[in-house]
Amino acid sequence: MPDETKDPNPVLPESKPPAAPQPGLEAAPSAAAITKPTTAEISGPSAPHAAAAVTKPEAPAKPAETPNPAETAKPAAPATSEKLATPPAAAKPAAPVAKAPPKPEGPKPEPWDSDLARSLKSQYGSGIKEASTYVGQKYLVVDSSILYEILLRMRNDELFNYCVDITAVHYPKREAQFDIIYILYSFHHNERVRVKTQIKDGDTLRSVVGIWETANWLEREVFDMFGISFDGHPDLKRILLPDGWKGHPLRKDYPILQQDQEWVKINLGIESGQ
Amino acid sequence: MSDFENDYRHAKPGQSGPGVTDYLDLDTKDETFLDANELVLNMGPQHPSTHGVLRVILKLDGEKVLGTECVIGYLHRGVEKIAENRTYAMFNPYVDRMDYVASVSNGLGYCEAVEKLQNVEAPPRAQYIRVILTELCRIASHQVWLGTHALDIGALTPLFYCFRDREEILKIFEKYCGARLTTHAFRIGGCIYEAYDGFEQDCLKFCTAFLPKLDEYEELLTTNRIWVRRTKGVGILNPEDCIALGVTGPVLRAAGVKWDLRKAQPYECYKNFDFEIPTGLNGDTYDRYLVRIEEMRQSVRIIRQAVDGLPQGPIMAKIPKVLKPPVGEIYHSIEAPKGELGYFIVSDGSTQPYRVRVRPPSFVNLQALDKMVRGLLVADVVAVIGTLDIVLGEVDR
Repeated sequence: MPDETKDPNPVLPESKPPAAPQPGLEAAPSAAAITKPTTAEISGPSAPHAAAAVTKPEAPAKPAETPNPAETAKPAAPATSEKLATPPAAAKPAAPVAKAPPKPEGPKPEPWDSDLARSLKSQYGSGIKEASTYVGQKYLVVDSSILYEILLRMRNDELFNYCVDITAVHYPKREAQFDIIYILYSFHHNERVRVKTQIKDGDTLRSVVGIWETANWLEREVFDMFGISFDGHPDLKRILLPDGWKGHPLRKDYPILQQDQEWVKINLGIESGQ
Repeated sequence: MSDFENDYRHAKPGQSGPGVTDYLDLDTKDETFLDANELVLNMGPQHPSTHGVLRVILKLDGEKVLGTECVIGYLHRGVEKIAENRTYAMFNPYVDRMDYVASVSNGLGYCEAVEKLQNVEAPPRAQYIRVILTELCRIASHQVWLGTHALDIGALTPLFYCFRDREEILKIFEKYCGARLTTHAFRIGGCIYEAYDGFEQDCLKFCTAFLPKLDEYEELLTTNRIWVRRTKGVGILNPEDCIALGVTGPVLRAAGVKWDLRKAQPYECYKNFDFEIPTGLNGDTYDRYLVRIEEMRQSVRIIRQAVDGLPQGPIMAKIPKVLKPPVGEIYHSIEAPKGELGYFIVSDGSTQPYRVRVRPPSFVNLQALDKMVRGLLVADVVAVIGTLDIVLGEVDR
């Protein structure tokens, strides 16, 4: 944990841009700076985001600027309303990493500005939920209904002719439980793009074997490990696990020691494979 | 043989027992060979030429292969599941066990992926040491491939030559980190071991001694009439098929596609080195052989440059003892001896990865087997499995 204090500092300059929209408010009288530390201290313990409070003491420069908006916005606010005012102020810098309470200092996804992203957005509108880059890696989040269309277009028009990988991630607490990720590469542009979609448990996706032959085994593995079906797959069956196996091991509700007892007993003649 | 045939002929979709499955549809008649007496032959999983526990079910007409079906998973250990239950550092040794003849490359890919996620970079000296060891490992991996591949085809001698020379590389590994095969040589953030006294000399000595040995291998095989007849025109894969099937590495380059991640998207310090990407013309087994032989020469070139330019300095970047990479997803891939080895890591900000996906080159390349062997003879299947250079530990993970 002591290292955490070292780490964030170099990254802080990056975490400022989100807070930048309020530069005009920095002009607030420096006298406000005297009252500010108190607001930071008050909000620190009381704020629900314990992690957000961590950033404040680390950044000596920051408290002088960011709490200002809260003060100037409600200048006459007493301590009680400061409590109300500070959470939004704390939420503003944290908003892009809202999913990241423990480490808000990490790099954030940035909008991916390119011809491809623009043309896709103009064509599909809200179907493209996100077009971003994260640490220089580009990705698209698209609606599952237009996924096939997008992938076909990526292959035919944008020359992403090499499907590197297809995989999934399970988020059991979400309504759309699965992220399906298609990692594409274009030899023509020497560029890699991830196309991501979210589907509910039990939903199926259209198989992309017709677009990239390599998807055959990759989709079978996703089916094997997550139980996600692909419509139109020529031979959708388990690939790494035995055909009769019950359960899909890479789901989060499948504990690491779990096994198909019945299968193990019948086929291996032992009580447990552990 | 007839036993297998009976097994599969009598196995009906509904009534298959727990161990028996009908892998090939034998009830529908193949109209293309009216007088064909089709035979289903089971090859493996325990078969010396399948390089591990690979089972290939061949559908044959006489000795001609009509189709294949790979049954894999015998070595499945659930590496990706294990990753979700280990910390980032604890999972590092596991990746060595995937492609166990090129464990150093696996470790490099994983460490780099986590470094990218953590937003740190290994210091220059560590990068150079990594490159030296990874290239040594590439040579070692190609030597295992060459020895076993030649053995499959019937040339016994290269195996002994290759393993004799590979020993020198393993000795360097052993001196460096204490292990010969599953090295766990690198750590997230750099290297944990400083190059031992005489490391540079050992590497240079190996390079000098190895080049004439490489000529020896070539003397045995390159113009050997039997070797040429067994490999030329066998298992042709054209560039379009390679790309459609996602095949990478020497197999792709032998088809004439000049693509190597070390050049296309340089990682570590590969951009500092001068080396060529060998390519083939015909995409057959012989070209793949030539490409890999030339790759060993290029690796020697890289090692020499890296040893000459080995900078001084720290070997470990400043990273926290307890790694908690920020929330995010990352895909990072390197050019492993077999092809593109990628790691897709999802972090939820905790000490354990939320998901680690390994994109194994062997797994994807093996998928091309069916396309490559259709129409060939059974003996060629052995040659083609060898030329794909698969390691079942990586296929099954």
